[in-house]
Amino acid sequence: MAKRVVLLGGGVGGSMVANQLARQLKSEILSGEVDITVINESDVHVYQPYFLYMAFDQVVPVDAKRPERAVLNHLIHLVVGHAERVDRDQKAVLMADGTAIPYDYLVLATGSRPAPETVPGLQDGGHIFYTEEGALKLRDALHTFKGGRIVVTVGVPHKCPVAPVEFTLMVRDWLNTHGMEDSEVLYTYPIGRLHSLEPVANWAGEIFQQRHVDSMTYFNLESVDAENKTITSLEGETVSYDLLVAIPPHMGQDVIARSELGDAGNWIPTDRHSLQMVGDDSIYVLGDATNLPISKAGSTAHFEADVVAGNLINRIHGGLGSIRYDGKVFCFIEAGADQATYVKFDYQNPPKPQPPSEMIHLYKLAFNKMYWLSAAGIL
Amino acid sequence: MDVKVVDARGSFCPGPLMELIKGIRQEPVGTVLEVWSSDQGSAKDIPAWVAKAGHEVLSSIEDNKIYKVQVKKLK
Repeated sequence: MAKRVVLLGGGVGGSMVANQLARQLKSEILSGEVDITVINESDVHVYQPYFLYMAFDQVVPVDAKRPERAVLNHLIHLVVGHAERVDRDQKAVLMADGTAIPYDYLVLATGSRPAPETVPGLQDGGHIFYTEEGALKLRDALHTFKGGRIVVTVGVPHKCPVAPVEFTLMVRDWLNTHGMEDSEVLYTYPIGRLHSLEPVANWAGEIFQQRHVDSMTYFNLESVDAENKTITSLEGETVSYDLLVAIPPHMGQDVIARSELGDAGNWIPTDRHSLQMVGDDSIYVLGDATNLPISKAGSTAHFEADVVAGNLINRIHGGLGSIRYDGKVFCFIEAGADQATYVKFDYQNPPKPQPPSEMIHLYKLAFNKMYWLSAAGIL
Repeated sequence: MDVKVVDARGSFCPGPLMELIKGIRQEPVGTVLEVWSSDQGSAKDIPAWVAKAGHEVLSSIEDNKIYKVQVKKLK
């Protein structure tokens, strides 16, 4: 009987693993020894980093989307539908339509979602740019904004950890180029510096000063008063806003809760090196879905995908699956003013700051186009 | 005592303090979390935030270059 590999989630992590498997196990799939299925809630694949640009009307939704079927190798089965839960006893994913999709190996690549409902008042009083709907609503609000104080407030945990700094610098540019140089931008961050990465925090401190961005640290958003346009932190501070842009705390997906696989935030306990779910060596976890203390970012999923695919191929061929993930992450950082920089680090090596340049900005723009090669498991 | 370990060794981003805040946000009042960090700065950063946020540091020790800080969620 064929070895069945099922991937729950067709985002960057799930698609990359599936495509790497399909390419490297082509003969086994064609001979019926291996069967690969991706389960995805939607038939569309979305390049989420474009939401940042969408808020400034630099791209539109169609630029960020392709059919998931076109992203996946033709040897992969695609099931579009709502997964009710994972049943580890049956070793199957149970779908809402009553079907069961059995697996020998399961890859959980379910990602995360912004959870604005966890902050009272936020859904009424604030904008977010981490979803298409939110980015478009914010785009429209920026277009009619007449000036005042824009507050960018960052919650924990959140994906794409540099996006809040990028947004802050880009919105400062937006105000300056739309006749609102006197408007204020205030950035708040949960810990005692401007970013979790110290080099990024130091760089942001300098550039915020040059570009007249105010900041507050040790500020964890507790509630929003949409009527009086104020926000209050759990540390007890209150500030006012004219336009609020929040990066809300994120959660793992509800299917993880329904399957009783996660912790209180629906994050799945995962071995930091093998990327296997703790206590079940037939299940791998990657991307935002893990409980690992690393950045929730596409690049994390990208490097983890190499490990998960490599180990699955090795095990299907009779090996033990011994490739280890070293915690590698690489992130571009848009710096506004047509410049960008990047950070690279792993479990052992901290990031080293690089000065922003136009060249890195151009490379980031090029990568936005090349992303589809990454999802295809080629780049 | 039931302790929830937050293993943030080797975490540069989001880092041990952000991992603790994540744990504090999602666990009920009374939970004791023990953060493991390989960053010496955590021995200062974590107590500084815990004091601001109104929780309690129960202990802070170094164990073979791993800093272990126990924090109780009070509110």
